[in-house]
Amino acid sequence: MAEYLIKNGFVFDPVLGIKGDVVDIAIKDGKIVETTEVKDPKVIDAAGKTVMAGGVDIHAHVAGPKVNVGRNFRPEDKLFTYKPRSGVERMQGGFSVPTTIRTGYNYARMGYTTVMEAAMPPLYARHTHEEIRDTPILDQGAYPVFGNNWFVLEYLKNHEIENTAAYVAWLLRATKGYAVKVVNPGGTEAWGWGLNCENVHDPVPYFDITPAQIVKGLIEANEYLGLPHSMHIHANNLGNPGNYTTTLDTFRLSEGIKPRSKFGRDQVMHHTHVQFHSYGGDSWGNFESKAPEVIDYVNSHDNITIDLGAVTLDETTTMTADGPFEHHLTELNHLKWANTDVELETGSGVVPYVYSPNIKVCAIQWCIGLELALLAKDPMRVFLSTDHPNAGPFTRYPRIMKWLMSEEARRQQIDSFKHRDKVIEATNLAGIDRELDLYEIAQMTRAGPAKALGLSQIYGGLAPGLDADVAVYDFNPSEPYAPDDIEKAFSSAEHLFKTGVQVIRDREIVSNGNKRTLWVNAKVNENPQVMRDVREKFLRYYTVTLNNYEVSGHHYIPNPYVIEVDATQ
Amino acid sequence: MSRTVTDVICPFCGTLCDDIEVVVSDDGKELHEVYNACAIGAEKFLHSQAKDRITRPRMRQEDGSWKEITYDEAIDYTARMLVNAKKPLMYGWSSTNCEAQAIGSEIGELVGAVVDNTATVCHGTSLIAVQDIGIPSCTLGEVKNRADRILFWGCNPAHAHPRHMSRYSIFPRGFFTGKGHTGRKVIVVDPRRTDTAKIADIHLQVEQGRDYELFDAFRVAFKGEHLPDVVAGIPKEKIYEAAETLKSGRFAIIFFGMGVTQSLGKNHNIDAAIAVTRDLNEYTKAAIMPMRGHYNVTGSGQVWGWLFGFPYAVDLSRGFARYNPGDTTANDLLRRDEVDAVLVIASDPGAHFPFSSVKKIYDLPSVAIDPHETPTTEVCRVHVPVAFVGIEVGGCAYRMDNVPIETRKVVEPPEGMMTDEEFLGRVLARIKELQGV
Repeated sequence: MAEYLIKNGFVFDPVLGIKGDVVDIAIKDGKIVETTEVKDPKVIDAAGKTVMAGGVDIHAHVAGPKVNVGRNFRPEDKLFTYKPRSGVERMQGGFSVPTTIRTGYNYARMGYTTVMEAAMPPLYARHTHEEIRDTPILDQGAYPVFGNNWFVLEYLKNHEIENTAAYVAWLLRATKGYAVKVVNPGGTEAWGWGLNCENVHDPVPYFDITPAQIVKGLIEANEYLGLPHSMHIHANNLGNPGNYTTTLDTFRLSEGIKPRSKFGRDQVMHHTHVQFHSYGGDSWGNFESKAPEVIDYVNSHDNITIDLGAVTLDETTTMTADGPFEHHLTELNHLKWANTDVELETGSGVVPYVYSPNIKVCAIQWCIGLELALLAKDPMRVFLSTDHPNAGPFTRYPRIMKWLMSEEARRQQIDSFKHRDKVIEATNLAGIDRELDLYEIAQMTRAGPAKALGLSQIYGGLAPGLDADVAVYDFNPSEPYAPDDIEKAFSSAEHLFKTGVQVIRDREIVSNGNKRTLWVNAKVNENPQVMRDVREKFLRYYTVTLNNYEVSGHHYIPNPYVIEVDATQ
Repeated sequence: MSRTVTDVICPFCGTLCDDIEVVVSDDGKELHEVYNACAIGAEKFLHSQAKDRITRPRMRQEDGSWKEITYDEAIDYTARMLVNAKKPLMYGWSSTNCEAQAIGSEIGELVGAVVDNTATVCHGTSLIAVQDIGIPSCTLGEVKNRADRILFWGCNPAHAHPRHMSRYSIFPRGFFTGKGHTGRKVIVVDPRRTDTAKIADIHLQVEQGRDYELFDAFRVAFKGEHLPDVVAGIPKEKIYEAAETLKSGRFAIIFFGMGVTQSLGKNHNIDAAIAVTRDLNEYTKAAIMPMRGHYNVTGSGQVWGWLFGFPYAVDLSRGFARYNPGDTTANDLLRRDEVDAVLVIASDPGAHFPFSSVKKIYDLPSVAIDPHETPTTEVCRVHVPVAFVGIEVGGCAYRMDNVPIETRKVVEPPEGMMTDEEFLGRVLARIKELQGV
């Protein structure tokens, strides 16, 4: 493999604690190395430019059945977006739900190299992996959903943590999944009957269990196994006025639990797209921000991480395993609605949505997303996301960076709102003058998510020994800049290296990379009861046989990166 | 000696049964028996054993006779035909695996083809309706475990999807449906008294072509509003009764077929059907599902979805993907003389397209890739026989509820035969050589 030396750039790296110093970065055999180790490197002149590790997205919907429903049922999303094949780039299109090809390229253009698919229905794992396979450049993993799984509900009803853990390990292996995802615990199962669980103590129909028991039990099972990532939750009551109390109730379920993982993370709960969970008021009329209350909790509890789910004020396509929420949304906006309930496991829905700056609620949502980031005390635990494509497409990350880094840019946006005064009254953003710097952005987009995922041994920084995922942006932090310069520079990396392969050169994609699929193989002691339960449920209630369930075969995961976990002790 | 292979997937219809047992010879070269499959599925397996099977590519001569050619010659002919054409049509894809579909898609990109699948004459209208209004649906296991109201509209699973009723919809006992058939009410809407209609609790013998009216009448009836005495040939009392049956269930499912997708009204019928399902969700839980025909027509829509963003009728001829059914659909292109070469794979338009379209295929440079001899292979200039997916080679296929299942190889193909994936892979490589990319 070619050796590279990226010279004289302004480096921002939380792993090494470098805050914009001019440092040379060397690449050899796919890894970052000391500059003395490269003999005859190709030199990249990064003078006057910004250098960071490749971005790591902890939560996005980029592959799998609901994503493809979003593509196939929205031909209008492709209007004016299509780009022909050119050079190594294949044909690509789509805005809020881009084709897999465009997904890979557009993340790379932003300097991202690792992206996690946030919700994989286990029965559809093959589909998710086929799409991941056809997404160029990026390393990817997928989180199977557990919060409405019948096995989990039945084990946790009796607080059988060891059995839950054995089942989790089995399902991760069967689906080649990465982490324990929970979406609207109990509520999506209730949606099987057209019902929901709106708070953590609502009983799940038939199963005699509550969301609180499911969440707590899955945290315990996750720590029993010592998985790289923590339990990753989208809580109950998403999107409803007044829901911040449900969010705080969910957070509190983590209290007193310490991480038992060898992978370097400090949290036991990652709560995703918290913007959607930080709402006050009791109707759309008196809807208001409760971001300070929510982030205060996060600031004072170090066993929690969150991501933003920041609204970008675009037309987009919402999609989630929260089936009842999507039905609620289609009742609200009367746009088209797709729903799929998945036997014994989960459900999902897809509804297009327009976040208009002329709608008061949308403008308040926009404020809440940014407030969470600007009020965060520890950027290593609060990550940039749009819950792509739910609050906006991932291609807007550079725009969010602009808003976070520039009070002027925020003020311009607030001043353009149709209901400016009402929005200011219902939120706190106008009174916040904090401007994040690039070091904090690197914490929120690289080092922080990599650590929370338990991947800090390979990603998120520029320390020797880490994978050589490096982005060079045409942005000079030592000179004055306009807010829009930030968005422009970080939308189009000048150079990008992915595990040592140069995939972008002078803003051109020059390689489709050598992408990997990350999955976690957790070894547990033999558990005859769980295996008996699995056999019985497949025989009686599933519509595929047990022997046809596991994702196996080179064509689904041609280039695996398996993280081994030993929970047999 | 022989051995039994279990958990085999049936590569016939969209039901994609995965509990087939196949008895093969010890050396894996001969397939002896098929258990659990329906009559059609069993025949598909056994047909692979035909002694007169064509095992080498062949080219039609001037005098109409066939001449055997090598795979290399077939690959070269196919690649040149596609490269030389200004706008080739690549049609079919529904009876092969997703791996072959993905390679075919890249070929389509390179040569600027129009790719279309059999949905174009089947559930394409449903796909258009989904783009209008969405689709509340579920997996077949939800039907098995929860559904107590089953409505079949314009479809006859007793004949077209023979194990559907026993595996998923009417007869099985599921988690919340312990009484099986006796706990379910079955409604069939069909102008004919089909074998499916015969076992229904309510058969609404709709007047031919009046489905749209009847769907709308259901929506009126759900709300308890006034209906004329007779709608679409059905007395209003019967409509009110059927509507009340659906509303009073815990979980209702509507399955629909070509009787309603390809009759008068087409995609508008499905718009209305989905609206009925949406409305039902105001009262109870309800879902709707198309009865997909070929075992992997669903898969080709998925593959094109993630690669191009559209499920069928994708025109790549301008270098980017365009989608405009009625314009970019196979029959419309053929009948307007808009394509100058045709590749058919894993389907049989010769048997199902209008004669005028078939004649166009006959007149054009054309290749048919199919393990069988079909009306299509007889009108194409080159016939490339390949191994049977799901019998002689594995690969991914998507069930009618979009659940992907890995099909299994159970027996060796005749010696020297290629698979779809291998053949297309070689064509792709040859095209890259010819184009110098």
